[in-house]
Amino acid sequence: MAINYKDLSDEELLYGAKTCPGCGAPIAVRLALKILGARTFVCVTASCLGATTTVYPQTSFFVNNAIAAFPATASTIAGMSAAVEMQGLEDVTILGIAGDGGTADIGLQALSGLCERNDNVIFICYDNEAYMNTGIQRSSATPYGAWTTTSPVNETGTAKGETRIRKNLFDIVSAHRVPYCATASTSYPRDFMEKIAKAKNLKGTKFVHVHAPCPTGWGYPSEKTIEYGRLAVETGLWYLAEYENGKVTLNLAPKVFKPVESYLAPQRRFRHLKEEDFKVIEKQRDEEWALLKAKAAS
Amino acid sequence: MFHQGKNLFLSGNEAAAEGVRLCRPQVIAAYPITPQTTLVEKLSEFVANREFPCKYLLVESEHSAMAATMGAAMIGCRVFTATSSQGLLYMCEMLSYVSGSRYPVVLANANRSTATPWNIFGDQRDSVAMRDSGWIQFYTESGQESLDTIIQAYKVAEHPEVSTPVMVNIDGFTLTHTYDLVNIPSQEEVEKFLPPLKTTNKFSLEAPKSLSFTIGPDFHLESRYQQQKAFHAAEDVIARVDDEFAGIFGRKYHGMVEQYRCDDAEHILTVMGSTAGTTRIVVDKLRAAGKKVGMIKVRCLRPFPKKFFAGLGGSCKALGVLDRNISFGYEGALYTEVRAAMLKPGASIRTLNFIAGLGGADISKADLELMFEKLGGIASGQESGQKEFGQEEQEHQYIGLRWS
Repeated sequence: MAINYKDLSDEELLYGAKTCPGCGAPIAVRLALKILGARTFVCVTASCLGATTTVYPQTSFFVNNAIAAFPATASTIAGMSAAVEMQGLEDVTILGIAGDGGTADIGLQALSGLCERNDNVIFICYDNEAYMNTGIQRSSATPYGAWTTTSPVNETGTAKGETRIRKNLFDIVSAHRVPYCATASTSYPRDFMEKIAKAKNLKGTKFVHVHAPCPTGWGYPSEKTIEYGRLAVETGLWYLAEYENGKVTLNLAPKVFKPVESYLAPQRRFRHLKEEDFKVIEKQRDEEWALLKAKAAS
Repeated sequence: MFHQGKNLFLSGNEAAAEGVRLCRPQVIAAYPITPQTTLVEKLSEFVANREFPCKYLLVESEHSAMAATMGAAMIGCRVFTATSSQGLLYMCEMLSYVSGSRYPVVLANANRSTATPWNIFGDQRDSVAMRDSGWIQFYTESGQESLDTIIQAYKVAEHPEVSTPVMVNIDGFTLTHTYDLVNIPSQEEVEKFLPPLKTTNKFSLEAPKSLSFTIGPDFHLESRYQQQKAFHAAEDVIARVDDEFAGIFGRKYHGMVEQYRCDDAEHILTVMGSTAGTTRIVVDKLRAAGKKVGMIKVRCLRPFPKKFFAGLGGSCKALGVLDRNISFGYEGALYTEVRAAMLKPGASIRTLNFIAGLGGADISKADLELMFEKLGGIASGQESGQKEFGQEEQEHQYIGLRWS
């Protein structure tokens, strides 16, 4: 579904969120609501987005919205979806929004239940690659090598940041055979909005995993959010893909990846990485892309 | 004694399921756990047979069950879920979300002990542990009362001054799996008593709103004070709803607390849940033998019938409180509540706390007679002035304890 910027509504349905400057989360939600419109019921879990948008007596949402418990975004929207059906409300979109921790860690069980039942909702995971709301703790979506307050780095070398490869939500959700699953990035707004538009028009559980850079947690100047989001894709450390009707499609496959250092080295969370670490990360990337390309080709 | 409708031989769980059917919740979300299972099985059957329009969400956990009912409540649906024991504990986080957001969710809890020691049988440690979750708590004596209380629970929960979720506690196995003749009211009568849910505490497409708000220190006390006010309002509402129910269905449960043969009673035993049934029989037997005994049945742990216990006096010389729970490091939780409400200068009623029926242990008629005997003992000791309290009876008694 092609998106034409000039056709987009001027109406802002998320406005004035008290996030850090340059936060990727409200970019994702603002763009999504441009597509989904005013007849959207939003449920946001405990997260930066929840904490910066709805604190009594103020809200940044101009659509119906509610806070969900940390593990309960998926289950709360499942109930909302059932209720909308029972009340006969038509042309309403149920949208759940959670961070990477609220999706890949504490929210994974409920998400799996949601996907398996195929309840009629859209779930957006905005991924800033750590628990940012609580002050930069490692999540299962934190990339290899990244410093966080719970994956520290020390001088003796016994602590080198995150030591594990991140959990792959795209694979996990598509393994549930949902009607639609996609990855996206706030730095590729047209691609993201087209995916949201596609999700809006499909029945069942739609999952969009959007990379949303975080200047505070990653350690880069706040005006460079879009740049870092692009670099993640251009270095192959994030990818734009879709799963639909059992098929994986790559939306953007760089012929040559930019060197991973160009993305990693300037970020505070990766500044301890050395040449050999970049090599390890490149190898992980290449293995991931080999798998991804095999899936896309099949 | 039955008003209308039909009479069926049902288990407590089936009776509760009939109660739910009559209230016609639009969304049910539940996860199976012993001894709640036959309740939700019955409900799936009703929904499958399209006995009432309902979406039944087969969720993957109790946490999700409660979250899903909350989501459905946000849209303005009447909702239901049921659980037990570990499931209730797993819901704990969501119980607080639902009550703070003031959604009129009704939950049936099949009372069961909590692990470890792992145990699937009945006691009230599960719901007592959730005492401060912000839910109104009813405890039932029979299958009939379980059915009737579910209907009453919706009426109380949905009352605009209350707007608070209600937990209906049904003793595991003792009630959930035992059969009795149960009157099932007609759908018409129930609908007259309980019209469809009307609430403003829901999303609106015309005027969008934020629900389940985050509230910082600046308004938090006000928010909690309103919850407390709702519980105070519930005291009257529970009584009025019970009266109205009696008017239509011919069965009355005396609001938050019932007195049985307490008028001139000197030795009174306070119970909660299914034990009330056996206690009635024991009271009748002892009365026939000329003993001045009675029973107080606590139907609501929250709101607690504080005024009732504060006003307790008259002929009562010794009051026992039977707890199917222990608050470790203190005593039976109901005993603490009752004693606190009774506190006043110069109070002359002696009290004993009986801990019994844990992990499904039977509370026999002989056990109850023993309790009345002990109450008689401390009362006469007090009267004669020969014995100091505590010399002849320990304040906290573990009925049936074989070794310590």
